[in-house]
Amino acid sequence: MCTGIVETAEVSGSGKGPRGWFKLEHVNVSYDHPNDASFEHALNIDFVNPNEGPSARVAVELSPESARTLVKAILGVLTQAGLPMA
Amino acid sequence: MYEGMLAETIMLPGHNGEIINAYYARPLGPGPFPGVVLIHHMPGWDELYREFTRKFAHHGYLAISPNIYSRFGHGSPDDISAKVRGSGGVPDVSVVGDIDASARFLKSSPLSNRKVGVFGTCSGGRQAFLVACRTKSFDAAVNCWGGNVVQPKEKLTPAQPVAPIEYTKDLSCPLLGLFGEEDKNPTPENVHQLEEELKKYGKNYEFHMYPGAGHGFFYYPSVAYRPEAAVDGWKKMFTFFEKYLETSGRGR
Repeated sequence: MCTGIVETAEVSGSGKGPRGWFKLEHVNVSYDHPNDASFEHALNIDFVNPNEGPSARVAVELSPESARTLVKAILGVLTQAGLPMA
Repeated sequence: MYEGMLAETIMLPGHNGEIINAYYARPLGPGPFPGVVLIHHMPGWDELYREFTRKFAHHGYLAISPNIYSRFGHGSPDDISAKVRGSGGVPDVSVVGDIDASARFLKSSPLSNRKVGVFGTCSGGRQAFLVACRTKSFDAAVNCWGGNVVQPKEKLTPAQPVAPIEYTKDLSCPLLGLFGEEDKNPTPENVHQLEEELKKYGKNYEFHMYPGAGHGFFYYPSVAYRPEAAVDGWKKMFTFFEKYLETSGRGR
């Protein structure tokens, strides 16, 4: 782990991994080396359920710009739905 | 000349005698051979590290790459790496124990010349330096772009409670460092800080800083790959290990 920059939060919902849908418990957000994306560092998001093993994971590796775009999109949708930030 | 190697996964007692798995490659032949422990990078105990391990065997070393993520479960390297990252990283104490145990495993082989080096890249570079300071098991150490050797207090964690640079006075073997000028962790300034500390304690070290290279310039599957720096880095590493591990220089 080279940057060590990681935040963990509890989430509820479902994610679809390699073995189908599973219940989500945590999300780990980090800025560190990606496994696949073509960047030296990426904004990595891992939706996981530790109780179902390491493969119960939905992963994305984004450029910082894409991560900001995603945050804006999520907040925009929540606002349109009448669910602004608490 | 006949040439061959055996490469396989094995189990061995690691930190606290807990059983961990490892990838072990060795030349076929009577030896004696020097040994190298390879500490895998943050992305995990993956295919690249199996390749590196076989490369050392090709060059005449007993080479072992222990899975320092063993305690986090088993699965694809990226899943396990994500779990380790989400858990705050692998604890330094278990890494030191696992790597020390791997050195003992190599030295216990009837094929061993009783000389063992340690090599690591990325987080493994940091850990190679750490282990070379915290044990007296190694005859040479190679730190490739290890980040967080210099760690400000606010970045210390329960898993990594002490910045490795604090242990510099205890470095127990010669150290080779390979770094990229464009790396953000470690930055050239971080490398300079470590170098100053090594000078302060009169340690035997050799650092090389590659222009045009960043973090991970050996990793040919990634955008970080810099072929000229990588080729030169491997050469410098084998020259270094030959000097301190009394190798035959096979495979060059």
